[in-house]
Amino acid sequence: MSRIASIFKPAGKALIAYVTVGYPSIEATLEVVPLLASNGCDIIELGIPFSDPLADGATIQKASFDALKKGVDPKLCLELDGKLRQMVDTPLVFMTYFNPVLSYGLEEFCRDCSSSGIDGLIVPDLPPEEGTALEAITKKQKLDLIYLLAPTSTEERIRCVAERSRGFVYLVSVTGVTGARGSLPVGLEAFVARVRGFCRQPLCIGFGISTPEQARQVAGMADGVIVGSRLIQLMEADRSLAQVRDFIKKLRKALDQ
Amino acid sequence: MLPDNRGYFGDYGGRFVPETLVPALDELTEAYEEAKVDTAFWARFEALSRDYSGRPTPLYRAQRLTEHCGGAQIFLKREDLAHTGAHKINNALGQGLLARRIGKRRIIAETGAGQHGVATAAVCAMLGLKCVIYMGEEDMRRQSLNVIRMKLMGAEVRAVSGGSRTLKDAVSEAIRDWVTNVRDTHYLLGSVVGPHPYPQMVRDFQTVIGKEARQQILDRLGRLPDYIVACVGGGSNAIGIFYPFLDDKDIRLVGVEAAGRGLSTGQHAAPLVAGRVGVLHGAKSYVLQDSAGQIRETHSISAGLDYPGVGPEHSYLKDSGRATYIAVSDEEALSGFKLLCRTEGITPALEPAHAIFHAARLAGSLSQEQVIMVNLSGRGDKDMDIVTEALGVKP
Repeated sequence: MSRIASIFKPAGKALIAYVTVGYPSIEATLEVVPLLASNGCDIIELGIPFSDPLADGATIQKASFDALKKGVDPKLCLELDGKLRQMVDTPLVFMTYFNPVLSYGLEEFCRDCSSSGIDGLIVPDLPPEEGTALEAITKKQKLDLIYLLAPTSTEERIRCVAERSRGFVYLVSVTGVTGARGSLPVGLEAFVARVRGFCRQPLCIGFGISTPEQARQVAGMADGVIVGSRLIQLMEADRSLAQVRDFIKKLRKALDQ
Repeated sequence: MLPDNRGYFGDYGGRFVPETLVPALDELTEAYEEAKVDTAFWARFEALSRDYSGRPTPLYRAQRLTEHCGGAQIFLKREDLAHTGAHKINNALGQGLLARRIGKRRIIAETGAGQHGVATAAVCAMLGLKCVIYMGEEDMRRQSLNVIRMKLMGAEVRAVSGGSRTLKDAVSEAIRDWVTNVRDTHYLLGSVVGPHPYPQMVRDFQTVIGKEARQQILDRLGRLPDYIVACVGGGSNAIGIFYPFLDDKDIRLVGVEAAGRGLSTGQHAAPLVAGRVGVLHGAKSYVLQDSAGQIRETHSISAGLDYPGVGPEHSYLKDSGRATYIAVSDEEALSGFKLLCRTEGITPALEPAHAIFHAARLAGSLSQEQVIMVNLSGRGDKDMDIVTEALGVKP
């Protein structure tokens, strides 16, 4: 069982946090990841910034552009990941778009991920039809390639992702891009139930989840909750990270209720 | 027949998009495959192409341009005379009819120079569809006339302020809208780029250019041309005129990209000439990118060519050697623009002005028996401000 798969336990719910590497600064990334780990995050997604993040809303777009301006690239992300691996035991996952990976070289990228302590990859513009090559290489390097499902996914696609996703299945809560939203989408419960019918893997829900109350509701349906844009906003608002710590603690509490 | 059933032209194409969109692309592919074999659909497309768009567009023998160049005979396929002023109307009409067929009443589109936006706005007005156009802020500034035209035809024009504020960012923003509103919205993509089935579908709607041109040149000369020259941004006008000639191996197909301020400056928009293989906006193709795989900002005097990617079929044609691709600078394009104004009384758009420049240069090196056909993909009214500034023309 992979390090990612092993964190899912029948009794508890997983808390998954996303941060853009190098935003608002490289130092902030090195500081926030241990803080997230020690306050109850079970998996941490490290976003490698990309110039054209199609699946991201305004918050993560801005963070990505800002990080790119600071010169953050996949090489630097791998270096930082190596440092972070020394600091935390929490599973670390890279989230990035396919072009930076392709440009780096699929084999080389996965090899370097593996040796710097990355546990898995999420590539939102790589549906399973295009993922065969990366799937084989990640398997060889003992990395989980985590696929996504959306409310528009058909039964056939749900079956396909259920069979091929490793670690967990990432459920996109809404037809839309990432970004904090006021309420959970209508029909989320039905979507999760539809996926559950075909899928024995852990299901984690992300996109738009921004409050402990929403997290609690989501935990009632799924195995894990993914929070990103809201965290980034809090990192912007308060560089001391006190608000981030407070937010994560509240999320943890909401999930443990 | 390319693409294959996964949307690949050799190594290029595919569907690199968020999961949310894959079912919509499946649905679109299926609807298009059904429409493709439906004679009623094509009858409607052809009738509107004739009565609304003004097809067939003429094939014009550019006598004085030919004499000026002193070599091969130059013929211009006059897409500039199509309704709304460019070849873009062909695809907008085809996809508009398809959207009606699949019951999607809200249309979104990206635009660079504004020609695709205007064509889409026109078709939406004519078919009674709601229309939202994404356009980079920088492009709205330099193509303001087209912004006004779109608004007059009832489209909502949304300014895109992210990234380089040009076509690339408008495409990204349109895709984000589509991810959000996919259930009731059709994305009317304007070029042979993007995920499958767009490169194939847009090509098929644009091949009307090449089919007409083939018949017209045969009627006129009783023979086919030696060269076909077209500008390439995303590549829709080029593929539209190339495609019906792909099997005529003796005909040289030449695509002209934008060399901007010069290839060596890095400020250009020539992915086929100076890029490397990557994935942008849902397809694998040649892309302008840095060493870390970030998409590079581009520059071209022509907003329609100012794009870091290119249609996957062009990448395939480049690798297979069936077509060749070269790049022409801003300055050269302006000189092509002036040349056509002076010799023929035609003001081309700055996009095909790139093709005109290359064709003129090429003609001079060929004999008078040879024939070059140029796709004059759009007219230049929209570019008057840019040209006035660049050439220092005083009213």
